[in-house]
Amino acid sequence: MGRHEFLESVAVADCAVEIEGDDLDDLFATAARALAEVMVDPATVPATVERSLELTAPSLDLLLYDWLSELIYVKDSEQLVFPGVEVHVTDGSPSRLTARLAGGPIDRATTALRADAKAVTFHQFALEPRERGWRARVVIDI
Amino acid sequence: MATTMKTLPVGDCVWEIPPSEKPGMLVPARIYASEALLARMDEGVFEQVTNVACLPGIVRAALCMPDGHWGYGFPIGGVAAFRADTGVISPGGIGFDINCGMRVLRTSLTEAEVRPRLAQLVDALFAAVPSGVGSKGIVRLSGDEFGEVMREGAGWCVRRGYGWPEDLDATEGGGCLPGADPGQVSQRAVTRGRDQLGTLGSGNHYLEIQVVPPGGIHDPRVAKVFGIERPGQILIMLHCGSRGFGHQIGTDYLRRFDQIMHGYGIVVRDRELACAPFRSPEGQAYFGAMLAAANSAFANRQLITHRVREVMGDVFGRDPRDLGLGVIYDVCHNTAKLERHAVDGEPLELVVHRKGATRAFGPGAPDVPAAYREVGQPVIIGGSMETGSALLVGTAHAMTETFGSTAHGAGRSMSRTQARRRVWGEALIKQMGERGIVVRAASKSGVAEEAGFAYKDLGEVVDVVDRLDISRRVVSLTPIGNIKG
Repeated sequence: MGRHEFLESVAVADCAVEIEGDDLDDLFATAARALAEVMVDPATVPATVERSLELTAPSLDLLLYDWLSELIYVKDSEQLVFPGVEVHVTDGSPSRLTARLAGGPIDRATTALRADAKAVTFHQFALEPRERGWRARVVIDI
Repeated sequence: MATTMKTLPVGDCVWEIPPSEKPGMLVPARIYASEALLARMDEGVFEQVTNVACLPGIVRAALCMPDGHWGYGFPIGGVAAFRADTGVISPGGIGFDINCGMRVLRTSLTEAEVRPRLAQLVDALFAAVPSGVGSKGIVRLSGDEFGEVMREGAGWCVRRGYGWPEDLDATEGGGCLPGADPGQVSQRAVTRGRDQLGTLGSGNHYLEIQVVPPGGIHDPRVAKVFGIERPGQILIMLHCGSRGFGHQIGTDYLRRFDQIMHGYGIVVRDRELACAPFRSPEGQAYFGAMLAAANSAFANRQLITHRVREVMGDVFGRDPRDLGLGVIYDVCHNTAKLERHAVDGEPLELVVHRKGATRAFGPGAPDVPAAYREVGQPVIIGGSMETGSALLVGTAHAMTETFGSTAHGAGRSMSRTQARRRVWGEALIKQMGERGIVVRAASKSGVAEEAGFAYKDLGEVVDVVDRLDISRRVVSLTPIGNIKG
């Protein structure tokens, strides 16, 4: 099961998060959950909407960038957040992602709102294998 | 100090890191700060401002204002000018929130008149101006209409009845930066941002009711030109930008520049500084798209202004014109603009990047509205929601020292997580209420993140820019009502 930690001393006006996953699937899913947690209290978003998603990118790190950027895009374009995700990532040329998303609309009456994520930055952006699993660092513009 | 790099005093409140301190620096890095502010700047400032000094075509120095802190790419408070002919343009030197900026409106109301209806006013503004994650705007536009917004900025709003013609005279660039190119904007950016016009957003964005406190008028002559006559006068200040539209344009082009800059032989020290030659097809495409986002931000602040006028007219039962609700000024603090400045005595066309830094043009500058040309451009420095803000005026010295730039805010001194740990949002709202500041917020945790203790002392920042003469203190302002995302 993946873990994430918000970093206090990096980019103080924004949100830096370090993510660890047992494998790539776990890391990408954990990153998505961390992003949802930045924007809302996930417990206040009932899973009423399901979605499938496929992405390709020239490299694994750009796939992570595009994945999180897509979730931010959907938050603005459709007012949807997806705290529940299952992800399958394939490393290659290009790298591929298929995901099943579960979440729902942002409802001002019932959703506990947090910060409006603007974008994924490339500042200190990193995705690297570890002895066991994978680790990423992402700074999200708030 | 949070760096081992040589940081040498070269004048009162001016510090320089010489190019010898980091391989690839083309110019020195210059930080404007008192000794105390410099000592408290985080390590990111020093790393980032020296990274900026390595970018192709930079002239004179990479600058950081006294509210500077660790950002992404550029430090917040960063200013850098690049030759238009040989230099670059970088989305990381502007920020995703393109043309995030400040607008301030004067009123003829006094605190004594507003206090009895303050809670009603704050509630009504909170209801009328959407804020927070996932909020939708106050106008519905077709694709063609949104294209008009991209090209016309605040002028589109005035044409549609969402403003007064004179609002445009009181907006940087007349509320419309020329050169916007909707053809360089992705459909994703349009889809993401089209329904958000007239929204505040969240984070440090706000709509505030402020009062001129006793002793708050520091320069009565200039204050009078701004329409500020006496302590007790009520002003309305708002802080927001281009919303998801600008954020998507920033994302699109950062991603694109990351892939193509190596083809131009450009290597950057922070991937967020991805850039392209300004005169390249990619550089020009981003510039055109970025200007479209800047114009949408002017329109966003104009629509919110319209809503403020409607609400205040209703609450006080008077015509907004009778309430004196004119715009004092609207100024960008996240942009790149083509400007002419003298470098080593030679006038050059420069792409001036300001990221969390305010334009501060001095008296006589042609870009300053006629009403202010004799005194200089109004400068709006937003402080924390608890402690207050300030109006200043641009100076001639800023034109030669900082490419006509100054600070934009108090500058954060604490992470959002640390702030949340120190105070509960609801407790802070209650404490502020006991001090006479009425707060309505879409996010309680967001309020905690914006607590006054999470910011530097605005007074220190204003003292420094005043001492440096890159802008001069005119009026201090204290919040009494705050709407937050």
